[in-house]
Amino acid sequence: MEKYRIYKNRLFSAVITILTVISIVPLIYILVLITMKGIGSINWDFFFNVPAPVGEGQGGISNAISGTFLLIILASFFSIPVGLLTGIFLSERAEGRFSYWVRVSADILQGIPSIVIGIIVYIWFVKQTGGFSALAGGISLAIMMLPVIIRTTQETLNLVPDSLKEASLALGVPYSITVLKVVIPAGISGIVTGILLSISRVIGEAAPLLFTAFGNPFMNMNIFKPVSAMPLIIFKYAISPFENWQNLAWGASFILIVFILVLNLFSKFVTEKWKTQF
Amino acid sequence: MENSVLNIMDFSAYYNEKKVLGNINLDFEALNVTSILGPSGCGKTTLIRCINRMHELVPKTRIQGQVLLNGINLYSMQPEIVRKKIGMVFQNPNPFPNMSIYENVISGYNLNGIKLTNFEKDRIVEETLQKVALWDEVKSDLHDRGSDLSGGQQQRLCMARALAMEPEILLLDEPTSSLDPKAVKNIEKLIYELKKSVTIILVTHSIGQAARVSDFTAFLYHGELVEYGRTKTLFTSPGDKRTEEYLTGRFS
Repeated sequence: MEKYRIYKNRLFSAVITILTVISIVPLIYILVLITMKGIGSINWDFFFNVPAPVGEGQGGISNAISGTFLLIILASFFSIPVGLLTGIFLSERAEGRFSYWVRVSADILQGIPSIVIGIIVYIWFVKQTGGFSALAGGISLAIMMLPVIIRTTQETLNLVPDSLKEASLALGVPYSITVLKVVIPAGISGIVTGILLSISRVIGEAAPLLFTAFGNPFMNMNIFKPVSAMPLIIFKYAISPFENWQNLAWGASFILIVFILVLNLFSKFVTEKWKTQF
Repeated sequence: MENSVLNIMDFSAYYNEKKVLGNINLDFEALNVTSILGPSGCGKTTLIRCINRMHELVPKTRIQGQVLLNGINLYSMQPEIVRKKIGMVFQNPNPFPNMSIYENVISGYNLNGIKLTNFEKDRIVEETLQKVALWDEVKSDLHDRGSDLSGGQQQRLCMARALAMEPEILLLDEPTSSLDPKAVKNIEKLIYELKKSVTIILVTHSIGQAARVSDFTAFLYHGELVEYGRTKTLFTSPGDKRTEEYLTGRFS
């Protein structure tokens, strides 16, 4: 009986270990494969040239890198102020039916497939303005960033103790200044982390950009014109029959993953360094 | 009373339409310590939070009656102005965690956007920290975080933060309830010193503390002011049976 129990125990821990290993194998495989396939295409041209036409060498993805940065800047410009203020509102006015519905809406928005958001922005914005544009792409990414920023801001600010707010109000500081100068600084690490994570969530999105930013084989910094982006280039070139384009897609995947990795490490650093001890 | 700075007149407070304070009449003597004594839940914290209008932060509260500061009704002024004149120290020390000791002391000025020269700042910080007997302990690390201090030091820092605004009245809401006996003793000594320059209203459930530091004591029970008078008189010959029972520990 005793032996049976020991065997059962060993079997169980063996199963756990094996399943854990299996779960990280895809991750490691992805990282290794993309690094191996992608690192070969990384060179000076890759960063500073646009893709070369078929049969004329490899070229680069400078248009996609700059496009992704442009889209992220636009998306942040729209989503950060709105998301922050909504998050503050939800944490300060947690009671009430309106807050409840705002919270529910944010959660639903988070669950909407990105391609649907792309279509919605296409109908609302692209068709109205008469063409694909970086602006439309930025808006669709902003809609995807919003719920993440709203919820992390709200949850972080909920952790700031009320006693701090009271301390400030009791000094005769107006409510608005108290929120801006006492409550938000106390939760700044969580808020910044939320923003960084929301960026890393949308930076790899291709679907909402297909109908909005559309893609552009040339360098473009005009927000009213179509623009390329790294996930778009990966989508387009990975399924192309030309080897030089496929190589660009591998290289772009590699760079994209490095970006996301850096964003995540940086957000960890922010969490640790700026954390307020209550 | 001849020299009162704050008068509470026919004052009632309701939470959720439930009466928590009924018909309170109290006059506070200038430059004295007045204790508001009573068991937990008797409404003493509500009463002092009504004095600097902090009760307004809690939804569903309603008040009736008047509170006069130097003859002017507090409820006709802006709450921010009231709170600058009537400082408050809370039950648990709550220094601003991302400010240094120095910044904590002058935070009332900084947050209110009052510009000071560096010379004035240094002067205010040193003077107020001297007042709360913290200067000698922290003068070499003024730029360390306020929240790194011990509990008793943090509480004195919070008192300094309130005093730096030069309030007329300082409200202390059970300021020693989370502190160890030695820190309690320091704070009590401090209260005794501070009344030279500021009127102090102290909420406490400790009979001993009221007896040690206060000139006047108000005994509150179930939202009702049972008895009010000189601490000495109230403690030696209480006029009400409930006061006597509380003081002798027959209920708490």
